[in-house]
Amino acid sequence: MLKHIGAYFLMLRMVFVKPTKANVMYGLIFKEIQDLIIGSLGIVCFLSFFVGGVVSIQTALNIDGELIPESLVGFATRQSIILEFAPTFMAIILAGKVGSYITSSIGTMRVTEQIDALEVMGINSLNYLIFPKLVAMTLLPIVIIFSMFLGIFGGWAATIYGGFSSTAAFVEGVQMDFKPFHVFYAFIKTFLFAIILATIPSYHGYYMRGGALDVGRASTVSFVWCSVVIIVVNYFTTHMFFS
Amino acid sequence: MIRLENIQKYFDDTAVLKGITTEFEKGKTNLVIGQSGSGKTVLLKILLGLFTPNKGEIYFENTPFSSMTDDEHRTLRREIGMVFQGSALYDSMTVLENVLFPIRMLTKLSESEMIAQAESVIERVNLSDARNKLPNEISGGMQKRVAIARAVVMRPKYLFCDEPNSGLDPKTAIVIDNLIQEITHENNITTVINSHDMNSVMEIGETILFLENGEKEWEGTKDNIFKTDNEAVTDFVYSSNLFKKVRKLYLES
Repeated sequence: MLKHIGAYFLMLRMVFVKPTKANVMYGLIFKEIQDLIIGSLGIVCFLSFFVGGVVSIQTALNIDGELIPESLVGFATRQSIILEFAPTFMAIILAGKVGSYITSSIGTMRVTEQIDALEVMGINSLNYLIFPKLVAMTLLPIVIIFSMFLGIFGGWAATIYGGFSSTAAFVEGVQMDFKPFHVFYAFIKTFLFAIILATIPSYHGYYMRGGALDVGRASTVSFVWCSVVIIVVNYFTTHMFFS
Repeated sequence: MIRLENIQKYFDDTAVLKGITTEFEKGKTNLVIGQSGSGKTVLLKILLGLFTPNKGEIYFENTPFSSMTDDEHRTLRREIGMVFQGSALYDSMTVLENVLFPIRMLTKLSESEMIAQAESVIERVNLSDARNKLPNEISGGMQKRVAIARAVVMRPKYLFCDEPNSGLDPKTAIVIDNLIQEITHENNITTVINSHDMNSVMEIGETILFLENGEKEWEGTKDNIFKTDNEAVTDFVYSSNLFKKVRKLYLES
């Protein structure tokens, strides 16, 4: 375990030394933005809309009472989406989508000696392969903005469609006691998750050994570790910002 | 020219190379042959700088590798071309882009100069018609030719090939062998080829190093491999009846 942690941090150091030519790197970064960020928007938007709807329905059904204002549905949906669902739940989803893609693509390059070919040419393969992914993933907060917006929108749609509350009450709840710091906190968390999502799968792909079957195994292990680290980091950031 | 002096390599307590001393000549195809597990690939990886020997020295044109500065190592890497066993082409790049890749990464030439250099090598390996195809759209033999083109596009002084004709039919294998030999002669490159294909040995083995259990068992040329009495070599090279007959005919004639 300690050996892996040490190797992971040594890998991170090597990502930043002996950089690839700038004009080549720009192209790689844009390609990764296309694959990792833009390619994830569809699934994130879809999931956010429906999970936002489920959150509002569950809230409405479970806090039904004379003394409880209708606006609470909007308030609870907003808080759930902004604080946890958009940054953390989406990061776990992306550990499956983006993380597996990164591990399997780098792992396949390892198995087919493409990484050795880079090294033989005198190219820093860690910088060439991982740096553009890291830069692309720092745009993850943009994806999370979409997730927040569509989650709350989905909550509103489900509330109105299910007849649990009026638009006015829902919007009042969404605006109630809004703290911009919560959005900032979500972005800080997302930024940390982005680094985890770019680097842990890269580590598992880069240092894997074996054949095609091992690429699959490495992807699974990478997903498990990404999820574990995201959950642990989520706990500590929450503790740090709110305790 | 590459000279190896007493190269030793251990993995944990297992000795994989036990003091290899030899010389790979310039302008010739130097074959390293031996059974699987004899240490051929480890030797090649040491030559490539991917492994460091535990003991011994490698001289590139009489300059010891261990005393080179980082800049000299970087320069040396640019003078090395490598053809991998599985070609190691980049799947998402076309043939032209694969060949362009080292030029783009390692030189400051203009786009038109880079393309001209890549096109000339692609033409040399007879792949002009496939220049815009992806690796998965061309045959195994063509992929090997792309790998050769990529390896020589930077005009290397040293060319290393790891079983370049494995997985190819005999006719294509000979085409690949001959292409490597022609490029070696044309550009006066020091070429080292790992192989356990006896056709390659007979076809292009200008110098041959035979490894067994990490030791140099025999070295010579394709002509004197017919005459050798070394039991390990004859067991390995003439393991098939066909080659036994070829040898018999050669010796009789």
